[in-house]
Amino acid sequence: MSLQNNIQAMIPVQCRSLNKSYKKIAALQDVSFEVNPGELFGIIGPDGAGKTTLFRILTTLLLPENGSATVDGYDVVKDYKEIRKRVGYMPGRFSLYQDLSVEENLTFFASVFNTTIEENYDLIKDIYCQIEPFKKRRAGALSGGMKQKLALSCALIHRPSVLFLDEPTTGVDPVSRKEFWEILKKLKQEGITILVSTPYMDEASLCDRIALINNGKILKIDTPGNITSQFGKILWTVQSRNMHTLLTDLREYPAIGSCFAFGDTHHVTIDNEQLTIDNLKMYLSERGHSDIVIRPAGATIEDCFMDLLK
Amino acid sequence: MTKNITTPGSNSPFSIVHSQLERVIQVNSLVKRFGNFTAVDHITFDVHQGEIFGFLGANGAGKTTAMRMLCGLSKPTEGHGRVAGFDIDKEVEQVKASIGYMSQKFSLYNDLKVWENIRLFAGIYGMRDKEIAQKTDALLQRLNFTSERNTLVKELPLGWKQKLAFSVSIFHQPKVVFLDEPTGGVDPVTRRQFWELIYEATSEGITVFVTTHYMDEAEYCNRVSIMVDGQIKALDTPGNLKRQFEADTMDSVFHRLARNATRSDN
Repeated sequence: MSLQNNIQAMIPVQCRSLNKSYKKIAALQDVSFEVNPGELFGIIGPDGAGKTTLFRILTTLLLPENGSATVDGYDVVKDYKEIRKRVGYMPGRFSLYQDLSVEENLTFFASVFNTTIEENYDLIKDIYCQIEPFKKRRAGALSGGMKQKLALSCALIHRPSVLFLDEPTTGVDPVSRKEFWEILKKLKQEGITILVSTPYMDEASLCDRIALINNGKILKIDTPGNITSQFGKILWTVQSRNMHTLLTDLREYPAIGSCFAFGDTHHVTIDNEQLTIDNLKMYLSERGHSDIVIRPAGATIEDCFMDLLK
Repeated sequence: MTKNITTPGSNSPFSIVHSQLERVIQVNSLVKRFGNFTAVDHITFDVHQGEIFGFLGANGAGKTTAMRMLCGLSKPTEGHGRVAGFDIDKEVEQVKASIGYMSQKFSLYNDLKVWENIRLFAGIYGMRDKEIAQKTDALLQRLNFTSERNTLVKELPLGWKQKLAFSVSIFHQPKVVFLDEPTGGVDPVTRRQFWELIYEATSEGITVFVTTHYMDEAEYCNRVSIMVDGQIKALDTPGNLKRQFEADTMDSVFHRLARNATRSDN
Protein backbone atom coordinates (compact mmCIF):
# COMPACT_ATOMS: atom_id res chain seq x y z
CA MET A 1 0.00 0.00 0.00
CA SER A 2 1.26 3.48 -0.85
CA LEU A 3 1.43 6.23 1.74
CA GLN A 4 -1.69 7.82 0.29
CA ASN A 5 -3.54 4.56 0.63
CA ASN A 6 -2.48 4.32 4.24
CA ILE A 7 -4.00 7.69 5.01
CA GLN A 8 -7.19 6.81 3.23
CA ALA A 9 -7.37 3.51 5.05
CA MET A 10 -8.34 5.51 8.10
CA ILE A 11 -11.52 6.43 6.28
CA PRO A 12 -13.83 3.44 5.70
CA VAL A 13 -15.84 5.09 2.93
CA GLN A 14 -15.00 8.15 0.90
CA CYS A 15 -16.82 9.49 -2.18
CA ARG A 16 -15.55 12.37 -4.28
CA SER A 17 -17.91 13.96 -6.80
CA LEU A 18 -19.56 10.71 -7.84
CA ASN A 19 -21.75 10.93 -10.93
CA LYS A 20 -23.86 8.30 -12.60
CA SER A 21 -26.72 8.58 -15.04
CA TYR A 22 -29.05 6.18 -16.81
CA LYS A 23 -29.92 7.60 -20.21
CA LYS A 24 -31.47 10.97 -19.41
CA ILE A 25 -31.87 10.40 -15.68
CA ALA A 26 -29.09 11.65 -13.44
CA ALA A 27 -29.04 9.01 -10.70
CA LEU A 28 -26.13 10.57 -8.79
CA GLN A 29 -24.91 14.14 -9.14
CA ASP A 30 -21.65 15.21 -7.51
CA VAL A 31 -22.04 13.02 -4.47
CA SER A 32 -19.25 13.51 -1.93
CA PHE A 33 -19.07 12.34 1.67
CA GLU A 34 -16.91 10.44 4.14
CA VAL A 35 -17.85 7.85 6.70
CA ASN A 36 -15.76 7.64 9.87
CA PRO A 37 -14.50 4.39 11.42
CA GLY A 38 -17.15 2.63 13.47
CA GLU A 39 -19.83 5.07 12.38
CA LEU A 40 -23.47 4.18 11.70
CA PHE A 41 -24.07 6.39 8.67
CA GLY A 42 -27.56 6.75 7.18
CA ILE A 43 -28.44 7.61 3.59
CA ILE A 44 -31.97 8.95 3.92
CA GLY A 45 -34.21 9.59 0.94
CA PRO A 46 -37.24 8.44 -1.03
CA ASP A 47 -37.34 5.86 -3.84
CA GLY A 48 -35.47 7.07 -6.89
CA ALA A 49 -33.13 9.28 -4.85
CA GLY A 50 -30.05 7.31 -5.94
CA LYS A 51 -29.50 5.22 -2.81
CA THR A 52 -29.16 1.87 -4.57
CA THR A 53 -26.94 3.28 -7.33
CA LEU A 54 -24.62 4.67 -4.66
CA PHE A 55 -24.49 1.33 -2.82
CA ARG A 56 -23.78 -0.56 -6.04
CA ILE A 57 -20.88 1.73 -6.91
CA LEU A 58 -19.40 1.40 -3.42
CA THR A 59 -19.71 -2.38 -3.48
CA THR A 60 -18.02 -2.45 -6.95
CA LEU A 61 -21.08 -3.75 -8.80
CA LEU A 62 -21.48 -0.64 -10.93
CA LEU A 63 -18.93 1.77 -12.41
CA PRO A 64 -19.24 5.49 -11.71
CA GLU A 65 -19.16 7.81 -14.74
CA ASN A 66 -17.19 10.50 -13.01
CA GLY A 67 -15.59 11.01 -9.66
CA SER A 68 -13.99 8.46 -7.41
CA ALA A 69 -14.65 6.50 -4.27
CA THR A 70 -12.66 4.40 -1.85
CA VAL A 71 -13.67 1.75 0.64
CA ASP A 72 -11.11 1.01 3.35
CA GLY A 73 -8.68 3.00 1.25
CA TYR A 74 -9.17 0.86 -1.85
CA ASP A 75 -10.39 2.34 -5.10
CA VAL A 76 -13.82 1.04 -6.16
CA VAL A 77 -12.72 0.68 -9.78
CA LYS A 78 -9.06 -0.43 -9.62
CA ASP A 79 -9.13 -2.45 -6.41
CA TYR A 80 -12.54 -4.04 -6.76
CA LYS A 81 -11.26 -7.51 -5.84
CA GLU A 82 -9.85 -6.29 -2.53
CA ILE A 83 -13.07 -4.43 -1.70
CA ARG A 84 -15.23 -7.45 -2.42
CA LYS A 85 -13.28 -9.42 0.20
CA ARG A 86 -13.80 -6.82 2.88
CA VAL A 87 -17.34 -5.57 2.60
CA GLY A 88 -20.67 -7.08 3.51
CA TYR A 89 -23.62 -6.16 1.32
CA MET A 90 -27.29 -6.73 1.92
CA PRO A 91 -29.19 -5.54 -1.16
CA GLY A 92 -32.73 -4.22 -0.93
CA ARG A 93 -34.18 -7.29 -2.56
CA PHE A 94 -33.24 -10.50 -0.92
CA SER A 95 -29.97 -11.95 -2.04
CA LEU A 96 -30.57 -15.45 -0.74
CA TYR A 97 -30.72 -18.66 -2.71
CA GLN A 98 -34.38 -19.57 -2.37
CA ASP A 99 -33.86 -23.28 -3.01
CA LEU A 100 -31.07 -23.71 -0.48
CA SER A 101 -31.86 -24.23 3.18
CA VAL A 102 -31.07 -21.63 5.83
CA GLU A 103 -27.93 -23.48 6.84
CA GLU A 104 -26.85 -24.12 3.24
CA ASN A 105 -27.16 -20.42 2.41
CA LEU A 106 -24.97 -19.47 5.34
CA THR A 107 -22.42 -22.20 4.59
CA PHE A 108 -22.31 -21.11 0.96
CA PHE A 109 -21.60 -17.46 1.79
CA ALA A 110 -18.97 -18.50 4.34
CA SER A 111 -17.21 -20.74 1.81
CA VAL A 112 -17.21 -18.05 -0.89
CA PHE A 113 -15.25 -15.89 1.54
CA ASN A 114 -12.94 -18.76 2.55
CA THR A 115 -14.25 -18.96 6.06
CA THR A 116 -16.59 -21.13 8.10
CA ILE A 117 -19.70 -20.52 10.14
CA GLU A 118 -17.79 -21.57 13.28
CA GLU A 119 -15.00 -19.03 12.77
CA ASN A 120 -17.25 -15.99 13.03
CA TYR A 121 -20.22 -17.46 14.82
CA ASP A 122 -19.94 -15.06 17.76
CA LEU A 123 -20.60 -12.12 15.45
CA ILE A 124 -23.86 -13.46 14.07
CA LYS A 125 -24.94 -15.49 17.11
CA ASP A 126 -27.60 -13.05 18.38
CA ILE A 127 -29.19 -12.77 14.94
CA TYR A 128 -28.74 -16.31 13.68
CA CYS A 129 -29.94 -18.05 16.85
CA GLN A 130 -33.43 -16.69 16.12
CA ILE A 131 -33.60 -18.55 12.81
CA GLU A 132 -31.46 -21.55 13.76
CA PRO A 133 -34.52 -23.63 14.76
CA PHE A 134 -35.51 -23.46 11.07
CA LYS A 135 -32.05 -24.18 9.65
CA LYS A 136 -33.31 -27.07 7.50
CA ARG A 137 -36.05 -24.94 5.93
CA ARG A 138 -35.67 -23.60 2.37
CA ALA A 139 -34.90 -19.88 2.38
CA GLY A 140 -37.79 -19.37 -0.04
CA ALA A 141 -40.20 -20.71 2.59
CA LEU A 142 -39.12 -18.28 5.31
CA SER A 143 -41.16 -15.30 6.46
CA GLY A 144 -39.94 -11.83 5.46
CA GLY A 145 -38.58 -11.11 8.92
CA MET A 146 -36.63 -14.35 9.01
CA LYS A 147 -35.27 -13.80 5.48
CA GLN A 148 -34.04 -10.42 6.61
CA LYS A 149 -32.18 -11.99 9.55
CA LEU A 150 -30.67 -14.71 7.35
CA ALA A 151 -29.58 -12.17 4.72
CA LEU A 152 -27.92 -10.11 7.43
CA SER A 153 -26.18 -13.21 8.83
CA CYS A 154 -24.90 -14.04 5.32
CA ALA A 155 -23.62 -10.49 4.85
CA LEU A 156 -21.73 -10.70 8.16
CA ILE A 157 -20.33 -14.23 8.06
CA HIS A 158 -16.87 -13.13 6.80
CA ARG A 159 -16.64 -10.39 9.44
CA PRO A 160 -16.63 -7.47 6.99
CA SER A 161 -14.99 -4.20 7.96
CA VAL A 162 -17.74 -2.18 6.28
CA LEU A 163 -21.36 -3.31 6.08
CA PHE A 164 -23.67 -1.93 3.37
CA LEU A 165 -27.38 -2.31 4.06
CA ASP A 166 -29.67 -1.09 1.29
CA GLU A 167 -33.15 -0.39 2.66
CA PRO A 168 -33.16 -3.25 5.15
CA THR A 169 -36.40 -2.08 6.77
CA THR A 170 -38.54 -1.12 3.76
CA GLY A 171 -42.03 -2.57 4.02
CA VAL A 172 -41.30 -3.88 7.50
CA ASP A 173 -43.73 -3.10 10.33
CA PRO A 174 -42.71 -0.64 13.08
CA VAL A 175 -42.06 -3.31 15.71
CA SER A 176 -39.72 -5.35 13.48
CA ARG A 177 -38.04 -2.17 12.30
CA LYS A 178 -37.19 -1.28 15.89
CA GLU A 179 -35.75 -4.75 16.48
CA PHE A 180 -33.58 -4.44 13.39
CA TRP A 181 -32.13 -1.12 14.53
CA GLU A 182 -31.29 -2.66 17.88
CA ILE A 183 -29.32 -5.34 16.05
CA LEU A 184 -27.43 -2.60 14.16
CA LYS A 185 -26.56 -0.86 17.40
CA LYS A 186 -24.97 -4.08 18.69
CA LEU A 187 -23.00 -4.59 15.45
CA LYS A 188 -21.69 -1.07 15.75
CA GLN A 189 -20.28 -1.99 19.16
CA GLU A 190 -18.32 -4.76 17.42
CA GLY A 191 -16.48 -2.01 15.54
CA ILE A 192 -18.11 -2.56 12.17
CA THR A 193 -18.69 0.56 10.10
CA ILE A 194 -22.26 0.55 8.79
CA LEU A 195 -23.72 2.39 5.83
CA VAL A 196 -27.49 2.00 5.81
CA SER A 197 -30.14 3.50 3.54
CA THR A 198 -33.80 4.04 4.37
CA PRO A 199 -36.83 5.93 3.09
CA TYR A 200 -38.18 6.22 6.67
CA MET A 201 -37.30 9.65 8.03
CA ASP A 202 -37.98 8.56 11.62
CA GLU A 203 -35.02 6.16 11.42
CA ALA A 204 -32.62 9.05 10.83
CA SER A 205 -32.33 9.77 14.56
CA LEU A 206 -30.92 6.26 15.11
CA CYS A 207 -27.83 7.04 13.00
CA ASP A 208 -24.63 8.81 14.13
CA ARG A 209 -24.65 10.96 11.00
CA ILE A 210 -26.94 11.11 8.00
CA ALA A 211 -26.92 12.28 4.40
CA LEU A 212 -30.29 13.48 3.14
CA ILE A 213 -30.54 12.65 -0.55
CA ASN A 214 -33.09 13.40 -3.26
CA ASN A 215 -32.99 13.11 -7.07
CA GLY A 216 -29.34 12.06 -6.98
CA LYS A 217 -28.19 15.06 -4.98
CA ILE A 218 -27.11 15.21 -1.37
CA LEU A 219 -29.11 17.93 0.36
CA LYS A 220 -27.32 17.88 3.70
CA ILE A 221 -24.83 15.86 5.76
CA ASP A 222 -24.62 16.15 9.54
CA THR A 223 -25.71 14.54 12.81
CA PRO A 224 -29.50 14.27 13.09
CA GLY A 225 -29.38 16.65 16.08
CA ASN A 226 -27.45 19.33 14.19
CA ILE A 227 -29.77 19.10 11.20
CA THR A 228 -32.92 19.59 13.26
CA SER A 229 -31.42 22.34 15.41
CA GLN A 230 -30.36 24.26 12.28
CA PHE A 231 -33.91 24.29 10.89
CA GLY A 232 -33.93 28.03 11.44
CA LYS A 233 -37.65 28.73 11.14
CA ILE A 234 -40.43 29.21 13.62
CA LEU A 235 -42.47 26.01 13.70
CA TRP A 236 -45.87 25.53 15.34
CA THR A 237 -48.12 22.52 15.64
CA VAL A 238 -51.80 23.28 15.05
CA GLN A 239 -54.87 21.17 15.79
CA SER A 240 -58.58 21.75 15.54
CA ARG A 241 -61.71 19.67 15.27
CA ASN A 242 -61.68 19.58 11.49
CA MET A 243 -58.14 18.80 10.44
CA HIS A 244 -58.88 18.72 6.71
CA THR A 245 -60.35 22.20 6.38
CA LEU A 246 -57.72 23.38 8.88
CA LEU A 247 -55.04 22.52 6.31
CA THR A 248 -56.71 24.68 3.65
CA ASP A 249 -57.42 27.55 6.04
CA LEU A 250 -53.84 27.59 7.34
CA ARG A 251 -52.44 27.67 3.81
CA GLU A 252 -54.58 30.72 3.03
CA TYR A 253 -53.13 32.70 5.93
CA PRO A 254 -50.48 35.09 4.60
CA ALA A 255 -47.92 34.85 7.43
CA ILE A 256 -47.66 31.08 7.08
CA GLY A 257 -44.83 29.73 4.97
CA SER A 258 -45.52 26.03 4.69
CA CYS A 259 -48.19 23.80 6.13
CA PHE A 260 -48.08 20.00 6.23
CA ALA A 261 -50.06 17.29 7.98
CA PHE A 262 -47.99 15.51 10.64
CA GLY A 263 -50.04 12.77 12.22
CA ASP A 264 -52.52 14.30 14.65
CA THR A 265 -51.23 17.87 14.17
CA HIS A 266 -50.33 20.13 11.26
CA HIS A 267 -46.85 21.64 11.18
CA VAL A 268 -46.73 25.25 10.01
CA THR A 269 -43.71 27.48 9.54
CA ILE A 270 -44.19 31.15 10.32
CA ASP A 271 -42.76 33.72 7.91
CA ASN A 272 -43.76 36.80 9.86
CA GLU A 273 -42.23 37.00 13.34
CA GLN A 274 -44.92 39.47 14.44
CA LEU A 275 -47.56 36.76 14.27
CA THR A 276 -48.62 35.50 17.70
CA ILE A 277 -50.36 32.28 18.59
CA ASP A 278 -53.39 34.32 19.70
CA ASN A 279 -53.57 36.06 16.29
CA LEU A 280 -53.67 32.74 14.50
CA LYS A 281 -56.18 31.33 16.98
CA MET A 282 -58.48 34.26 16.37
CA TYR A 283 -58.25 33.84 12.60
CA LEU A 284 -59.06 30.15 12.85
CA SER A 285 -62.03 30.77 15.18
CA GLU A 286 -63.38 33.24 12.65
CA ARG A 287 -63.13 30.49 10.06
CA GLY A 288 -65.33 28.34 12.26
CA HIS A 289 -62.73 26.11 13.90
CA SER A 290 -63.16 24.85 17.44
CA ASP A 291 -60.91 23.04 19.94
CA ILE A 292 -57.94 24.90 18.49
CA VAL A 293 -54.56 23.99 19.99
CA ILE A 294 -51.42 25.77 18.79
CA ARG A 295 -47.98 25.05 20.26
CA PRO A 296 -44.41 26.00 19.36
CA ALA A 297 -42.44 22.90 18.40
CA GLY A 298 -39.02 21.68 17.35
CA ALA A 299 -38.44 20.45 13.82
CA THR A 300 -38.14 16.77 12.96
CA ILE A 301 -35.88 15.37 10.24
CA GLU A 302 -38.95 15.14 8.02
CA ASP A 303 -39.62 18.89 8.46
CA CYS A 304 -36.01 19.57 7.49
CA PHE A 305 -36.15 17.25 4.50
CA MET A 306 -39.30 18.89 3.17
CA ASP A 307 -37.81 22.32 3.71
CA LEU A 308 -34.68 21.33 1.77
CA LEU A 309 -36.82 20.02 -1.11
CA LYS A 310 -38.23 23.48 -1.73
CA MET B 1 -74.85 -2.32 14.54
CA THR B 2 -74.52 0.21 17.32
CA LYS B 3 -71.35 -1.44 18.55
CA ASN B 4 -68.96 0.14 16.07
CA ILE B 5 -70.49 3.58 15.82
CA THR B 6 -68.09 6.33 16.69
CA THR B 7 -69.72 8.45 19.32
CA PRO B 8 -70.27 11.94 17.94
CA GLY B 9 -68.93 13.39 21.17
CA SER B 10 -65.53 11.74 20.83
CA ASN B 11 -62.67 14.14 20.48
CA SER B 12 -61.20 12.76 17.30
CA PRO B 13 -60.76 15.64 14.89
CA PHE B 14 -62.06 13.38 12.15
CA SER B 15 -65.06 11.92 13.93
CA ILE B 16 -68.21 11.78 11.88
CA VAL B 17 -71.67 10.58 12.73
CA HIS B 18 -71.91 7.12 11.30
CA SER B 19 -75.36 6.06 12.34
CA GLN B 20 -77.08 7.53 9.27
CA LEU B 21 -74.47 6.21 6.88
CA GLU B 22 -74.52 3.09 4.81
CA ARG B 23 -72.24 0.27 5.82
CA VAL B 24 -70.04 -0.32 2.79
CA ILE B 25 -68.08 -3.14 4.39
CA GLN B 26 -69.65 -5.56 6.85
CA VAL B 27 -67.54 -8.37 8.22
CA ASN B 28 -68.81 -10.92 10.67
CA SER B 29 -66.58 -13.51 12.29
CA LEU B 30 -64.50 -13.99 9.17
CA VAL B 31 -61.98 -16.86 9.22
CA LYS B 32 -59.35 -18.04 6.76
CA ARG B 33 -57.39 -21.22 7.39
CA PHE B 34 -54.56 -22.66 5.35
CA GLY B 35 -54.30 -26.26 6.59
CA ASN B 36 -53.75 -26.03 10.33
CA PHE B 37 -52.81 -22.37 10.17
CA THR B 38 -55.49 -19.81 10.97
CA ALA B 39 -54.35 -16.72 9.06
CA VAL B 40 -57.48 -14.71 9.87
CA ASP B 41 -59.18 -15.61 13.11
CA HIS B 42 -62.80 -14.46 13.51
CA ILE B 43 -62.61 -10.79 12.62
CA THR B 44 -65.70 -8.60 12.86
CA PHE B 45 -66.04 -4.95 11.85
CA ASP B 46 -68.02 -2.47 9.74
CA VAL B 47 -66.81 0.38 7.55
CA HIS B 48 -69.18 3.23 6.73
CA GLN B 49 -69.63 5.18 3.55
CA GLY B 50 -67.10 7.99 3.13
CA GLU B 51 -64.97 6.75 5.98
CA ILE B 52 -61.17 6.37 5.88
CA PHE B 53 -60.56 3.07 7.62
CA GLY B 54 -56.95 2.25 8.57
CA PHE B 55 -56.20 -1.46 8.62
CA LEU B 56 -52.98 -1.86 10.58
CA GLY B 57 -50.99 -4.81 11.84
CA ALA B 58 -47.52 -6.28 12.03
CA ASN B 59 -46.09 -8.23 9.09
CA GLY B 60 -47.79 -11.60 9.08
CA ALA B 61 -50.75 -10.50 11.21
CA GLY B 62 -53.16 -11.53 8.44
CA LYS B 63 -53.90 -8.14 6.83
CA THR B 64 -53.21 -9.23 3.25
CA THR B 65 -55.26 -12.42 3.63
CA ALA B 66 -58.18 -10.44 5.07
CA MET B 67 -57.94 -7.85 2.33
CA ARG B 68 -57.87 -10.55 -0.36
CA MET B 69 -61.11 -12.00 1.01
CA LEU B 70 -62.74 -8.55 1.00
CA CYS B 71 -61.70 -8.05 -2.64
CA GLY B 72 -63.18 -11.38 -3.69
CA LEU B 73 -59.79 -12.94 -4.42
CA SER B 74 -59.86 -15.56 -1.67
CA LYS B 75 -62.76 -17.55 -0.27
CA PRO B 76 -63.46 -17.31 3.47
CA THR B 77 -63.21 -20.59 5.39
CA GLU B 78 -65.91 -19.41 7.83
CA GLY B 79 -67.94 -16.33 8.58
CA HIS B 80 -69.62 -13.74 6.38
CA GLY B 81 -68.75 -10.52 4.69
CA ARG B 82 -70.44 -8.02 2.42
CA VAL B 83 -68.63 -5.37 0.40
CA ALA B 84 -70.58 -2.68 -1.45
CA GLY B 85 -73.71 -4.71 -0.70
CA PHE B 86 -72.45 -7.98 -2.20
CA ASP B 87 -71.58 -11.25 -0.52
CA ILE B 88 -67.81 -11.83 -0.65
CA ASP B 89 -68.33 -15.58 -0.85
CA LYS B 90 -71.22 -15.88 -3.31
CA GLU B 91 -71.19 -12.65 -5.36
CA VAL B 92 -67.48 -12.40 -6.06
CA GLU B 93 -67.76 -10.84 -9.52
CA GLN B 94 -70.13 -8.12 -8.33
CA VAL B 95 -67.73 -7.37 -5.46
CA LYS B 96 -64.81 -7.02 -7.88
CA ALA B 97 -66.80 -4.70 -10.13
CA SER B 98 -67.76 -2.40 -7.24
CA ILE B 99 -64.33 -1.82 -5.75
CA GLY B 100 -61.06 -0.15 -6.66
CA TYR B 101 -57.62 -1.44 -5.70
CA MET B 102 -54.18 0.04 -5.59
CA SER B 103 -50.91 -1.09 -4.05
CA GLN B 104 -47.44 0.32 -4.15
CA LYS B 105 -46.12 -2.87 -5.70
CA PHE B 106 -48.53 -3.08 -8.60
CA SER B 107 -50.82 -0.46 -9.97
CA LEU B 108 -50.13 0.66 -13.53
CA TYR B 109 -48.60 -0.85 -16.67
CA ASN B 110 -45.17 0.71 -17.20
CA ASP B 111 -45.11 0.08 -20.94
CA LEU B 112 -48.43 1.77 -21.61
CA LYS B 113 -48.90 5.51 -21.95
CA VAL B 114 -50.77 7.51 -19.33
CA TRP B 115 -54.00 7.66 -21.37
CA GLU B 116 -53.69 3.98 -22.31
CA ASN B 117 -53.55 2.94 -18.68
CA ILE B 118 -56.68 4.95 -17.91
CA ARG B 119 -58.40 3.52 -21.00
CA LEU B 120 -57.43 -0.05 -20.09
CA PHE B 121 -58.64 0.03 -16.49
CA ALA B 122 -61.80 1.96 -17.30
CA GLY B 123 -62.55 -0.54 -20.08
CA ILE B 124 -62.06 -3.47 -17.73
CA TYR B 125 -64.64 -1.91 -15.40
CA GLY B 126 -67.07 -1.63 -18.33
CA MET B 127 -67.11 2.13 -18.76
CA ARG B 128 -68.21 3.45 -22.17
CA ASP B 129 -65.73 5.08 -24.57
CA LYS B 130 -67.40 8.47 -24.54
CA GLU B 131 -67.48 8.63 -20.77
CA ILE B 132 -63.86 7.46 -20.59
CA ALA B 133 -62.75 10.19 -23.00
CA GLN B 134 -64.55 12.94 -21.11
CA LYS B 135 -63.42 11.81 -17.70
CA THR B 136 -59.83 11.32 -18.90
CA ASP B 137 -59.61 14.95 -19.97
CA ALA B 138 -61.08 16.11 -16.68
CA LEU B 139 -58.75 13.91 -14.65
CA LEU B 140 -55.59 14.96 -16.49
CA GLN B 141 -56.52 18.60 -16.06
CA ARG B 142 -57.22 18.20 -12.38
CA LEU B 143 -53.85 16.50 -11.82
CA ASN B 144 -52.01 18.98 -14.08
CA PHE B 145 -51.03 15.99 -16.21
CA THR B 146 -52.37 17.13 -19.60
CA SER B 147 -48.87 17.44 -21.06
CA GLU B 148 -48.08 13.86 -19.96
CA ARG B 149 -51.04 12.25 -21.71
CA ASN B 150 -48.76 10.41 -24.16
CA THR B 151 -45.90 9.70 -21.76
CA LEU B 152 -45.06 6.09 -20.95
CA VAL B 153 -45.84 5.43 -17.31
CA LYS B 154 -42.32 4.10 -16.67
CA GLU B 155 -40.96 7.55 -17.51
CA LEU B 156 -43.03 9.32 -14.85
CA PRO B 157 -41.46 10.21 -11.50
CA LEU B 158 -42.58 7.85 -8.74
CA GLY B 159 -44.72 10.45 -7.00
CA TRP B 160 -46.67 11.21 -10.19
CA LYS B 161 -47.10 7.52 -10.86
CA GLN B 162 -48.64 7.01 -7.46
CA LYS B 163 -51.06 9.90 -7.81
CA LEU B 164 -52.07 8.61 -11.22
CA ALA B 165 -52.46 5.06 -9.88
CA PHE B 166 -54.80 6.25 -7.16
CA SER B 167 -56.84 8.33 -9.60
CA VAL B 168 -57.12 5.33 -11.93
CA SER B 169 -58.23 3.10 -9.05
CA ILE B 170 -61.23 5.37 -8.38
CA PHE B 171 -61.87 6.35 -12.03
CA HIS B 172 -64.91 4.07 -12.30
CA GLN B 173 -66.40 5.59 -9.11
CA PRO B 174 -66.19 2.47 -6.96
CA LYS B 175 -68.04 2.44 -3.64
CA VAL B 176 -64.86 1.51 -1.85
CA VAL B 177 -61.18 1.60 -2.72
CA PHE B 178 -58.60 -0.72 -1.13
CA LEU B 179 -55.16 0.83 -0.78
CA ASP B 180 -52.37 -1.58 0.17
CA GLU B 181 -49.40 0.41 1.48
CA PRO B 182 -49.97 3.09 -1.15
CA THR B 183 -47.27 5.50 0.03
CA GLY B 184 -44.25 3.24 0.63
CA GLY B 185 -41.00 4.84 -0.46
CA VAL B 186 -42.35 8.17 -1.74
CA ASP B 187 -40.90 11.44 -0.54
CA PRO B 188 -42.57 13.15 2.41
CA VAL B 189 -44.13 15.96 0.37
CA THR B 190 -45.66 13.59 -2.19
CA ARG B 191 -46.86 11.31 0.62
CA ARG B 192 -48.85 14.20 2.05
CA GLN B 193 -50.21 15.26 -1.35
CA PHE B 194 -51.35 11.69 -1.77
CA TRP B 195 -53.36 11.87 1.45
CA GLU B 196 -54.98 15.06 0.23
CA LEU B 197 -56.19 13.10 -2.82
CA ILE B 198 -57.62 10.51 -0.44
CA TYR B 199 -59.53 13.23 1.42
CA GLU B 200 -60.94 14.56 -1.86
CA ALA B 201 -62.13 11.07 -2.79
CA THR B 202 -63.93 10.63 0.53
CA SER B 203 -65.64 13.99 0.16
CA GLU B 204 -67.10 12.54 -3.05
CA GLY B 205 -68.49 9.65 -1.02
CA ILE B 206 -65.86 7.01 -1.80
CA THR B 207 -64.92 4.82 1.15
CA VAL B 208 -61.21 4.22 1.72
CA PHE B 209 -59.75 1.06 3.24
CA VAL B 210 -56.01 1.54 3.69
CA THR B 211 -53.00 -0.31 5.09
CA THR B 212 -49.79 1.51 6.00
CA HIS B 213 -46.60 1.14 7.98
CA TYR B 214 -46.38 4.90 8.57
CA MET B 215 -47.95 5.49 11.96
CA ASP B 216 -48.47 9.21 11.33
CA GLU B 217 -50.80 8.15 8.52
CA ALA B 218 -52.88 6.15 11.00
CA GLU B 219 -53.79 9.55 12.47
CA TYR B 220 -55.34 10.61 9.16
CA CYS B 221 -57.89 7.79 9.36
CA ASN B 222 -61.37 8.18 10.85
CA ARG B 223 -61.00 4.81 12.54
CA VAL B 224 -58.18 2.33 12.82
CA SER B 225 -58.08 -1.38 13.50
CA ILE B 226 -54.93 -3.15 14.66
CA MET B 227 -54.51 -6.82 13.84
CA VAL B 228 -52.26 -9.11 15.85
CA ASP B 229 -51.85 -12.82 15.08
CA GLY B 230 -54.97 -12.99 12.93
CA GLN B 231 -57.29 -11.15 15.33
CA ILE B 232 -58.41 -7.54 15.58
CA LYS B 233 -57.06 -6.46 18.95
CA ALA B 234 -58.22 -2.85 18.84
CA LEU B 235 -60.61 -0.78 16.77
CA ASP B 236 -61.52 2.86 17.36
CA THR B 237 -60.71 6.43 16.39
CA PRO B 238 -57.02 7.31 16.76
CA GLY B 239 -57.93 9.66 19.60
CA ASN B 240 -59.83 7.00 21.53
CA LEU B 241 -57.10 4.40 20.96
CA LYS B 242 -54.48 6.75 22.37
CA ARG B 243 -56.65 7.38 25.44
CA GLN B 244 -57.40 3.68 25.85
CA PHE B 245 -53.73 2.71 25.74
CA GLU B 246 -52.52 5.86 27.53
CA ALA B 247 -50.17 6.61 24.66
CA ASP B 248 -49.08 9.89 23.05
CA THR B 249 -48.85 8.59 19.53
CA MET B 250 -50.34 5.86 17.37
CA ASP B 251 -46.80 4.51 17.11
CA SER B 252 -46.78 3.63 20.79
CA VAL B 253 -50.32 2.21 20.61
CA PHE B 254 -49.08 -0.02 17.81
CA HIS B 255 -45.99 -1.11 19.75
CA ARG B 256 -48.03 -1.98 22.83
CA LEU B 257 -50.31 -4.24 20.84
CA ALA B 258 -47.95 -5.72 18.30
CA ARG B 259 -44.81 -6.37 20.32
CA ASN B 260 -46.35 -9.48 21.85
CA ALA B 261 -47.20 -10.93 18.47
CA THR B 262 -46.03 -14.49 18.06
CA ARG B 263 -46.26 -14.54 14.28
CA SER B 264 -44.20 -12.69 11.73
CA ASP B 265 -44.83 -12.23 8.03
CA ASN B 266 -46.34 -14.17 5.12
